[in-house]
Amino acid sequence: MIQVFSFYLFAALTILSAVFVIMSRNPVHSVLWLIMAFFNAAGLMVLVGAEFIAMLLVIVYVGAVAVLFLFVVMMLDIDFAELRAGFVKNFPLGLAIALVLLAELVLGIGAYSAGALEMGHAAAAASPQIDGASNIESIGAVLYGKYLFLFESAGIILLVAMVGAIVLTHRERKDTRGQNIGRQIRRRPQDATVNVRPEVGKGVQL
Amino acid sequence: MTEFFMNLGMNYEWAWFVATICGILLIALPLMLGVAMIIYADRKIWAAMALRRGPNVVGPFGLLQSFADGLKVFLQETIIPSAANKGLFLIAPIITFTVALLAWAVIPFNSGAILADINVGLLYVLAISSLGVYGVVIAGWASNSKYPFFSAMRAAAQMISYEVSIGFILICVVLWAGSFNMNEIVQAQKGTVLGFINGFVANPLLFPMWVLFLISGMAETARAPFDLTEAESELVAGYQTEYSSMAFALYWLGEYANVLLMCTLNAVLFWGGYLPPFDWGPLYVVPGFVWLLVKILFFFFIFSWVKATVPRYRYDQLMRLGWKVFLPMSLLWVVLVSGWLMLTRYGGAV
Repeated sequence: MIQVFSFYLFAALTILSAVFVIMSRNPVHSVLWLIMAFFNAAGLMVLVGAEFIAMLLVIVYVGAVAVLFLFVVMMLDIDFAELRAGFVKNFPLGLAIALVLLAELVLGIGAYSAGALEMGHAAAAASPQIDGASNIESIGAVLYGKYLFLFESAGIILLVAMVGAIVLTHRERKDTRGQNIGRQIRRRPQDATVNVRPEVGKGVQL
Repeated sequence: MTEFFMNLGMNYEWAWFVATICGILLIALPLMLGVAMIIYADRKIWAAMALRRGPNVVGPFGLLQSFADGLKVFLQETIIPSAANKGLFLIAPIITFTVALLAWAVIPFNSGAILADINVGLLYVLAISSLGVYGVVIAGWASNSKYPFFSAMRAAAQMISYEVSIGFILICVVLWAGSFNMNEIVQAQKGTVLGFINGFVANPLLFPMWVLFLISGMAETARAPFDLTEAESELVAGYQTEYSSMAFALYWLGEYANVLLMCTLNAVLFWGGYLPPFDWGPLYVVPGFVWLLVKILFFFFIFSWVKATVPRYRYDQLMRLGWKVFLPMSLLWVVLVSGWLMLTRYGGAV
């Protein structure tokens, strides 16, 4: 009873917020509705017993990705009149894309109701079945056991992407004066000051 | 607690429902009282270190000062700037306050005294603490004013930066405890060092991680010396600039509830939570929540002490500390801890 109620609550809120993501005129509101959708999707994950995935969804998507979206969107200077200006011109294209998506949806649901596709069970045989293990343990056993090399290559691809992004956007700036904290700490009073006792009328030579 | 209500003649669903509501109230109400007293304590400690008296007028020793302040903001008018985005402007403090209360659901106050004893307790805490940034960012944007906006940008960058290293620090703790469950993490600390010291902090390999966690916790909750989000010399009052009345009070309460949560996490993850400092029979006579409370207050004193004595960081220094010092160090420690555990506990090769 409570499961059914929560499922329909989370599912309805997910769809509703997803609709508002594309309906709202203000991009910041769109991102906030997107966050709402992520959050409710996490709720659905908890309902099917995948609490680890749910927490990761919140930590990664809500906690990091969406913050960056929000960051970027908030910085934009939005002119609403300009946003609406190209509506008539772009309408046919938008309509065409919508029709293609609709056709795909109808096709997909039609094919699904005709019977599930036989995809084989290659993975099922070798993956370890741990009875009574928590989410984290089962995922860890599969990810760091059977799929270790795939997992590591994914990590290497991400590392390369990260290094690439840094190299592409990095620019050496000569005019900034960076702070070398080690040098500052090593500096002693005698390095920076001198005590002189000049004769009267002679002045100091620095 | 569910059994207690079932004995009163309720069926399981109702007993669970009532027990959970009671549990929430049992956590939230003392927490609010604790926040009120901790604000008073913070001001008193700060005053003592600056050779001032601090609040001393309302009630004996000024003990009721926080309640007087609460009454004051309650009676004030809520001013909404005409250019502000009204809905978001009002939602923002509610988010901050709610999120500050949410994470307490998985804190073990005694063995068994935990509202939600879930497998992924620590991940839940991480998830909730990553939500905290939204209250600040939305406030900064919805105020439609430049200082709150600057503050929101700073807060977002700061919280994301330090969450990364906090994540790695927590991974070290989880590796050693072998569980994400908060209760099991506390139990794993029983006699963990030399067989009689309760607490990962006494472990030479985890001690540096505790130091990092304490500092990152200050940065994560935007406490001094990392309070750049409300640096009054640059940003008026930061993201709270346009807020007044109860909306302001919600930020205030939420902020201190978060500070208390960080102190509690310090106690639970590194100092043995509700366990006494030493695994010695007579010490267990004192109830667990008393030990936890003592530890929380100790850490809060450290937080206040730092606030009163350390000058505010500059923004580039803050980022440098987060990304160039804490992140590589915690990453290295994940490798060290997992390598050590692989050598000693899990028997060398896989």
